Amino acid sequence: MFNPSIHLLNKEIREKNFKNALSMVTFFLFLPALGIIFWLFIKGYPALSWDFLTLDPINGMTAGGIFPTIVGTFWLVMISVLVSCPLGVLAALYLSEYAKDGKLTRIIRLAILNLAGVPSIVHALFGLGAFVLFMKMGTSILAASFTLAVMNLPVIITSTLESLKAVPHSFREASWNVGASKLQTIRYIVLPNSLPGILTGVVFAVGRSAGETAAILFTGVAFYLPFLPQTVFDQCMTLSMHLFTISTQVVGVPVSYPYATALVLILLILSVNSVAVVLRTYFRTKRKW
Amino acid sequence: MEMKLEQAPTLAMEWRKKKSSKPKSERFIEFLIKAGGFSSIFLIAAILFFILKESFPFLVGRFEFKEFFFSISWNPASVSKVTYGILALLVGTMSVTILSMLIAVPLGLACAFYISEFCSPQFREIYKVLIEFLAAIPSVVWGFIAIMMINPLIIHTFDVPIGLNILNASVILALMSLPLIVSVGEDALRAVPETYREAAEAMGATKWEVATRVLLPAAKNGLMAAALLGVGRALGETMAVLMATGHSIQIPHSLFDPARTLTATIAAELGESPKGGEHYQALFAIGLVLFLLSFVVNVTADYLIRGRKK
Amino acid sequence: MRTTLALLFILMSCSKREHIVIQNKGSDTIVNLSQAWAEEYRKVNPKVVIAVSGGGSGTGIAALINGTVDIANSSRKMKAEEQAEALKNNGKAVNEFIVGLDALAVFVHPSNPLSGLSLEEIGCIYGDGGKCDTWSDVRGTVVPGCKDNKIIRVSRQSNSGTYQYFREATLGEKRDFKTGSMDLNGSRESIDLVEKTPCAVGYSGMGYITKGVKSLCINTIDGKCVTPTLETATDKSYPISRELYMYTAGAPSAEVKAYMDWVQGDAAKEIIIKSGYVPVPKK
Repeated sequence: MFNPSIHLLNKEIREKNFKNALSMVTFFLFLPALGIIFWLFIKGYPALSWDFLTLDPINGMTAGGIFPTIVGTFWLVMISVLVSCPLGVLAALYLSEYAKDGKLTRIIRLAILNLAGVPSIVHALFGLGAFVLFMKMGTSILAASFTLAVMNLPVIITSTLESLKAVPHSFREASWNVGASKLQTIRYIVLPNSLPGILTGVVFAVGRSAGETAAILFTGVAFYLPFLPQTVFDQCMTLSMHLFTISTQVVGVPVSYPYATALVLILLILSVNSVAVVLRTYFRTKRKW
Repeated sequence: MEMKLEQAPTLAMEWRKKKSSKPKSERFIEFLIKAGGFSSIFLIAAILFFILKESFPFLVGRFEFKEFFFSISWNPASVSKVTYGILALLVGTMSVTILSMLIAVPLGLACAFYISEFCSPQFREIYKVLIEFLAAIPSVVWGFIAIMMINPLIIHTFDVPIGLNILNASVILALMSLPLIVSVGEDALRAVPETYREAAEAMGATKWEVATRVLLPAAKNGLMAAALLGVGRALGETMAVLMATGHSIQIPHSLFDPARTLTATIAAELGESPKGGEHYQALFAIGLVLFLLSFVVNVTADYLIRGRKK
Repeated sequence: MRTTLALLFILMSCSKREHIVIQNKGSDTIVNLSQAWAEEYRKVNPKVVIAVSGGGSGTGIAALINGTVDIANSSRKMKAEEQAEALKNNGKAVNEFIVGLDALAVFVHPSNPLSGLSLEEIGCIYGDGGKCDTWSDVRGTVVPGCKDNKIIRVSRQSNSGTYQYFREATLGEKRDFKTGSMDLNGSRESIDLVEKTPCAVGYSGMGYITKGVKSLCINTIDGKCVTPTLETATDKSYPISRELYMYTAGAPSAEVKAYMDWVQGDAAKEIIIKSGYVPVPKK
């Protein structure tokens, strides 16, 4: 009498199949992620050496190393973060501490969402129109970094906002109760407590801008430069652009070179992101509330 | 008054009341915060302004609605008749976007279901890190993968002459938008209150039934938003598509035909068109089309997500 | 923290430049060559740095008109209206230097049995209104490995000098390319694709040709089939060869002039030949 009916058995089997199917799908989705890096490593490994990382490209970029592209990537990323980080934190502070729920706030949120959704090539058009031409920066590191900063701004705002909101409201109330002003509360209570979260977001943004190509295409990146950039008004080479040029334009590049360049780029981004992940986990375990 | 112990808070209260005497620096910083708050509105307006500004002469002078949207001939360098028709490019963009979503949305949502409903917490963390990793691979590397890996794979598997085509770009775009779809989809599922699941399970529903009868309707809007954000991502992708589609102006007839997208056209041609020329302005007009398309997609996605919260 | 950042910024913006930089931009055809020159010239004159970037002839000329480069590379002659615009913008007339010759090779997959094509046949394949859509339309060729025998036309993006010159040389002044070709971004991409694709045909500067593709000879009216080589490009018997140009705005500065003199000298000639191009014949 209590034997499960056929119907129920079927149900159980279906249930199991359902779960297995989902787990298979998920597993196979992540296979490519691991597969790709493995494949890049196998193909790029022969070219990877200390010289590859520290020498200039020579013989029409068919030999030598990728040093200037690493330096250029570093410049762009640093300056863009220097610009977008303060602006993003200010914007997030406004949204979380000052803004009231209303039409204006809704418009701001919508603007952030759209800014995040604007295609990167449209950012490039904007950078060309606004920074290169209108502000007369020319195609330069400065113009490219500003373009990247605009691209990164919504990322930083969103992650900062999240970590500001994670600071319990009671903290703020306690601070107001002892008479601290809104700004003092922000300075001494809100910011220190959300700093780890903000940092994590910024580090992710760094990783993202290190790989960007389209946005810097017309604003500051050069095909080849025989010298390292010395001022922000110089152009620079970047890893991402270098990968594009040696895999589509330059003839006679050894097969392993583009793979190795892609590998360096991915490893760079990956290590930056791991820093973010570690930071996040560390602070999450340390958090007392 | 000799209340030395309580003096500090009282003083602070008095100081707080004197709002008008806020120090200058403090007022300045609050002004900065407010200005920062409006920066995104300012920037989105600036983007629209500068794209309009650069494309303006084309839009008022050369632009013909019928030619621009309904001609398949994009031939700015023609010696016989210069034409600016984006129909083929629009079709190219649409076909890779739609096909990539056909791949990515079901897979992504299945994955979101698995991670949010079945996964143990430790595995969930691992998957999340993997999603972040997948999301961090830059588009130019995806393009490189399209040329070096997917291209020969398609040629051998389907025995077709070229592997740089719509299928290739769609596979790449699907992989690129998966992380976004999975994480937004998972958020939407997790936002469904635990009580819904408990109630259904108490009535003897299996996980499958919970998923299809309870979670799916409850998280419908959020899941749709996840798909839409994926669309936005695929629509605007540039470098990977430039490298993977084969870059050919034509209305594709099969999955294995090369095509060209709006984004790739700008990336390939802008550097070579003299500033202020007609071709240059026409490319900014394409940028305007892209901006408006992504605007519509994002606003709709936002509407869906907010609808869910209500 | 704040002071370090401030210091960093000051360092970045104020560090003194030790070099004189010559900006050189333009044709992707010449970019490898001018880069090789730039590398070699650094040994000759370490004080002068040549910043080379590609992007296509149109880019270089546009930049020269806008006054943002010292030297523009171009694989086509600057048009009269472009020269006029440059004069108007900068107040200086443009100087033209012919720095080398380049032959455009037409190439196919090695399994393609064709060994040569005439200009008419190229026009039939690439030209607007041309009827050759399958290889059977070209001398009844059957390409092994190419299933439906359909020709896959590989071309370049529309503003590259290579695209424009190839069009002019094979289709004449007034005829366009057929649409539906694969307009790739660079010579490497074109060659890579043809290497892997039996159905394909492409074109690029002869310096770029690799062993993976078969370069075709061009059938001329007198019945000969001319292969692109140093000799045939120099004596102009190969019909698709062109001059490579460098342009400066106005009379070049001392450093630019020194560089241009060096580029036209014997040391630079060796590099031209090594890079797969043809030196300008002495008059």
